[in-house]
Amino acid sequence: MSETTAARPQWRRFVGFNLLSGVVLLIVGFYFGWWLGHQIHAESLEFIEDTNQNDVALMLGYLFAVIGFLIGLGFANYPLARMLGKERSHHANEEGGRERYFGLCTDHKVVGIQYLFGIGLFFFIAGMNAMLIRAELLRPSPQLIPAGSYLTLVSLHGTMMMGMMTSGVLGPFANYFVPLMIGARRMAFPRVESLTFWLLMAAGVILMSTIFFGGFPTGWTGYAPLNVQANWGYDSYIFFFALVGLSMTLLGLNLIATIITMRAPGLSWGRLPMFCWGAFSTSILMVLAAPVLIAVLLMVGFDRAVQTSFFIPSAGGSNYLFENLFWFFGHPEVYVLALPGFGILLELVPVFARKPLWGYRVGVAGMLGVMLLSFFVWQHHLFVSGINASLRPFYMFSTEAISIPTGLVFLCGMATLWRGRIRFTVPMLFCLAWFLNFFIGGASGVFLSDVPSDVATHGSFFVMAHFHYTIMGGLVFTFFAAIYYWVPKMFGMELNEKLGKVHFWMMFIAFNSTFAPLFALGLMGMPRRVVTYAARFQPLNIWVSVSAFVIGASMLVFLANVVYSLVFVRKRAAANPWDSKSLEWQTPTPVPAYNFERPPVIDADPYDYGTPPARPRPAGPAEAPAGAG
Amino acid sequence: MNESNHMRRIVIAWLVLSVIATPIVAFVIGPNLPPGEGSGASAGQVFDNQILLAIVTPIAAFMIVYFGYSLRTFRQDGEEAGEGVAIRGDSRVQTWWLAITTVIVLFLAIFGTAELADAGSGGGQGPDPVYGPTKGTALPIQVIGQQWEFTYRFPSFGGFETPHLELPAGREIEFNVTSLDVIHSFWAPQLGVKADANPGVNNIAFVRPEEERDFEIRCSELCGLWHGYMFDTGKVVSNAAFLAWIHRQQKVFGPVSKRLPNYQTHYFPEPERRGG
Repeated sequence: MSETTAARPQWRRFVGFNLLSGVVLLIVGFYFGWWLGHQIHAESLEFIEDTNQNDVALMLGYLFAVIGFLIGLGFANYPLARMLGKERSHHANEEGGRERYFGLCTDHKVVGIQYLFGIGLFFFIAGMNAMLIRAELLRPSPQLIPAGSYLTLVSLHGTMMMGMMTSGVLGPFANYFVPLMIGARRMAFPRVESLTFWLLMAAGVILMSTIFFGGFPTGWTGYAPLNVQANWGYDSYIFFFALVGLSMTLLGLNLIATIITMRAPGLSWGRLPMFCWGAFSTSILMVLAAPVLIAVLLMVGFDRAVQTSFFIPSAGGSNYLFENLFWFFGHPEVYVLALPGFGILLELVPVFARKPLWGYRVGVAGMLGVMLLSFFVWQHHLFVSGINASLRPFYMFSTEAISIPTGLVFLCGMATLWRGRIRFTVPMLFCLAWFLNFFIGGASGVFLSDVPSDVATHGSFFVMAHFHYTIMGGLVFTFFAAIYYWVPKMFGMELNEKLGKVHFWMMFIAFNSTFAPLFALGLMGMPRRVVTYAARFQPLNIWVSVSAFVIGASMLVFLANVVYSLVFVRKRAAANPWDSKSLEWQTPTPVPAYNFERPPVIDADPYDYGTPPARPRPAGPAEAPAGAG
Repeated sequence: MNESNHMRRIVIAWLVLSVIATPIVAFVIGPNLPPGEGSGASAGQVFDNQILLAIVTPIAAFMIVYFGYSLRTFRQDGEEAGEGVAIRGDSRVQTWWLAITTVIVLFLAIFGTAELADAGSGGGQGPDPVYGPTKGTALPIQVIGQQWEFTYRFPSFGGFETPHLELPAGREIEFNVTSLDVIHSFWAPQLGVKADANPGVNNIAFVRPEEERDFEIRCSELCGLWHGYMFDTGKVVSNAAFLAWIHRQQKVFGPVSKRLPNYQTHYFPEPERRGG
């Protein structure tokens, strides 16, 4: 295998199990499933004759396309070899050059970089969708984009952001850095780790393919029975989200197993870095919530393709069943988006405040509390749906109660700044912005949790502004903090700081100027997902659109920075540019194949910054050293 | 400078800012918030927003003061690499923090529940409303959502169906919201009423319009291709004008309505067809 790579002629590098064969088998698989689907006939499928939309064929096409793609990438080789009784290493492509990045690779560092570029691509596409949506909303009635395409754009933007960005932080950064932070040589299940990435890429391609089938008008929530009525473009939504759910579940299991079993000697739970705690609590959410999503999408798929009626009210089903199941996944899902951000925030703030983390256990309790409570709030999405009105006070209380553990995360982060020596580096700026953004997002969430206030704003732009403040302001800002912080480790080169600051200030100001006015628009009565709006809303909408274009421009500044710094300047980064005490910065750059020659022994938590206080602290029970837990 | 001096300054600045800002937000901005005083429900929503804003303002003031002070005072000057003070926590601070947030949350939950008990605040409560006026005192109006229009049936006036909506001022209204196809949501922002229209379900919302005025009607749940065009305006008029309007509508739509199914709290339509 790889030992002979150097001796091979150049063209042989393209032959074998890699992305190329994956794509070929993806296409073959799709047409096989398509053909198979057309062979199936049944009385109950006669609607296909009327509409010329054969959901069975399309779904089988997607199914076999995914199977073909994975076989082409080489995921079947190891299990097949073992089934035939052959000895085979479960490592794949761990040595070698650039071609490692275009196939199945069991090195967690390669998978992390694959994720970073893969997620980045879809983040860019979904961002472009947002630009088109805002361009359309410059005017109160559609001029640029017809109503159907507008809804497809809205649905694609929402679905892609929600689906892809769930792994936006954990995919690149947890895969890359959790093993380094806990002193492990790899992840617990390296082949599964690679599988999660390629499943996500297959999902992204399937979602994009919806434009060949007329798109879908349901938004990312895809409520029944609209989803049963929707064109066959909706089938790609089903496959996309089910594959994302599968990828999330596997990623979560892998991280949980890694963090529980593979910590280096001395790395007790009380010394685990906060980013690992964020990844750990997110993983528990993923493992418990995502299977519900897969199940509900299977049910929708059967409803659409073979006329079962889980969710069709006129045939005995219930649209409430879909709403309940979807939000039972959907609310933990939004915390799957928020928690990695908490982890990055609490990881980075001590480094740049030059202080130990204030209240380690407070921060951990905050994250675990958010994780636990997020399973008990989902019906706040259904406050006006007519379901179970007597439970509203409970869901109002449980939703508001989430602000208690969230408040602990704020306390932990804010108090870490207290009497520090704050360095305003680019990653720190993104972290500081988190406090403002997430405060506004959280406070507006309290308005939405209050039922009377929610009746006024439910389904309006107010909600839209709220979740952009939490997800974009919470997750995407920390995502960029993580990029600026860890790129010197991942690529051995540093990003330009001046361009980074330009990017930050543009994005921060434009972000607030985009989403703050949306609160006002929502309160005044502008619903979400509409292609027309009352003429009196036009001035504010123009303001919002222009600000949104500035966010888009700030992303171009970021891209320019990446190209400029990593392709042209290629300035070698210092070994530990931020003077961090975390374990990943103690390894050489580039990180050697198995990270550590021998397991490191940990004797403190990674936040050992600062000089001891000048005078003894006032009376009262002293906080035990964080290592004691 | 020692710890208590920093804290004293922050507390003073926070008190000053809060004492100035909170009354302005609560009494100047608060009462003028949408959705306005169009009905008992919308007035209740304004009151909720006013109280919530009044609670959030001092917290926001604390954030502003804390970050304004810390980022200026505790920043690193020049190039020399300094280290902060190694404080690893303070159990008094975390106890107080936990206590204060818990008290605020408990207050919010009790306050919200009390407000909700006022006729459900205009929200849809399903077929068996928990909060609302005495049974049988409100004027029932059925709202039927279908792609992509709302129509209205008046069971106390023979159950005729019309695409227009006028309401009598000063009378408790019982909206019975249902749908013939997908989920819609009946939203009249100025009246503070919002209720999802589910196929096969009767979703009841109460509202009492106070003054004669026009109001908007929008669908606020994505319902397919022309969702963005599913809007209309309605009118609140005096009781006499309302009865006259009913009479005129009966004349125009009564004959057509005879061909409709009899009035029911919900309808079971044909199975879904692909389209849209």
